[in-house]
Amino acid sequence: MTQGAPFNVPFLAVAMLIGIAFYIILSQRNLIKLVMGLGILASGVNLFLITLGYREGGVAPIYTNVPIEKMVLPVPQALTLTSIVIAVATLALMLSMVVHIYRHTGSVDAEKSRTMKG
Amino acid sequence: MMSKIVRTISNILILFIFIYGLYIIMHGHLTPGGGFQGGAVVASGVALLIVAFGSQSIHKSLREHHLSILESSGALVFIGLAFGGIATVFFYNFLVGSSIFGRIPPTGPNPGDIWTGGVIPFMNLAVGLKVLAGLSAILLVMALASSMTEMDE
Amino acid sequence: MRKIALAISLSVFIAFLIAAALLLHPFGYPPSQMDDYIIENTQSETGANNAVTAVVFDYRGFDTLGEVTILFAAVTGVIMLFRKKKKE
Repeated sequence: MTQGAPFNVPFLAVAMLIGIAFYIILSQRNLIKLVMGLGILASGVNLFLITLGYREGGVAPIYTNVPIEKMVLPVPQALTLTSIVIAVATLALMLSMVVHIYRHTGSVDAEKSRTMKG
Repeated sequence: MMSKIVRTISNILILFIFIYGLYIIMHGHLTPGGGFQGGAVVASGVALLIVAFGSQSIHKSLREHHLSILESSGALVFIGLAFGGIATVFFYNFLVGSSIFGRIPPTGPNPGDIWTGGVIPFMNLAVGLKVLAGLSAILLVMALASSMTEMDE
Repeated sequence: MRKIALAISLSVFIAFLIAAALLLHPFGYPPSQMDDYIIENTQSETGANNAVTAVVFDYRGFDTLGEVTILFAAVTGVIMLFRKKKKE
């Protein structure tokens, strides 16, 4: 790629994503918007893992018909694969619980489903 | 249940989607892809069927019981392959150099040979089966619950 | 009162995040000793052309085992939450 800015721009983008996700989680009362905030947090962490392993002017680490250049690091890409699948499974379980709460109490407000009655 | 044109086209398209997903799973050790990505592609094909035909008609022929059996068998094959090379360490690649899938490619850039890779193609198949069955089960159960009926038993 | 506490804690946290993002290694030149060894010896030890698949299934197979377990537990939880109660 081309010569970047003198300070690290992709890491600042990750910091902005994680900051927005934490503001959503701490200040929203609707349960579905809270789940969306957790999804944005997962995306920010996955982006951070991939941009940790970039080498200047590199190609994909696969040997089938590859042009002869330096290769990027393969280990952060493997960790990101696992993290994406785990995020999908966690979000599916959380949304099922939100549907269950709606059936029992009748609203998706976090303040109304606070007391534990039978 | 959507119109006649949508149902006919999705009947034809599900065959091509399934073959494309199986191609991505099988060539996991030569091209970008592998078990997880191919399983997600086939699960999106099942989502197309659920949207086109309605979840009640799909539930008549595809029960969660069969999907659960598929998923558990995929996980058991994965753990069995991990125990195969227990003589050295856990997760040892015991098929490199032998006669099944055991050729070693030349060093450097080369056009790929599919009979390489050791125990990796079998692990790709097991994980692909598991992800396919798991994501299809989640989609089917949630679509049934949102159409104002619930699973029995 | 609650909004003031939220604003103060959030601004401190974001200041920490931006300071950490500026103090990391320069983007494009990562320290890499383990990955140099993996790129050199993938084709002779595992016999696969794809270094990412070899890392996921061969060099780091334990992480894939843990992830398969998590996927199984999540699918079981979702199916269990949508059952119908038998009225007997």
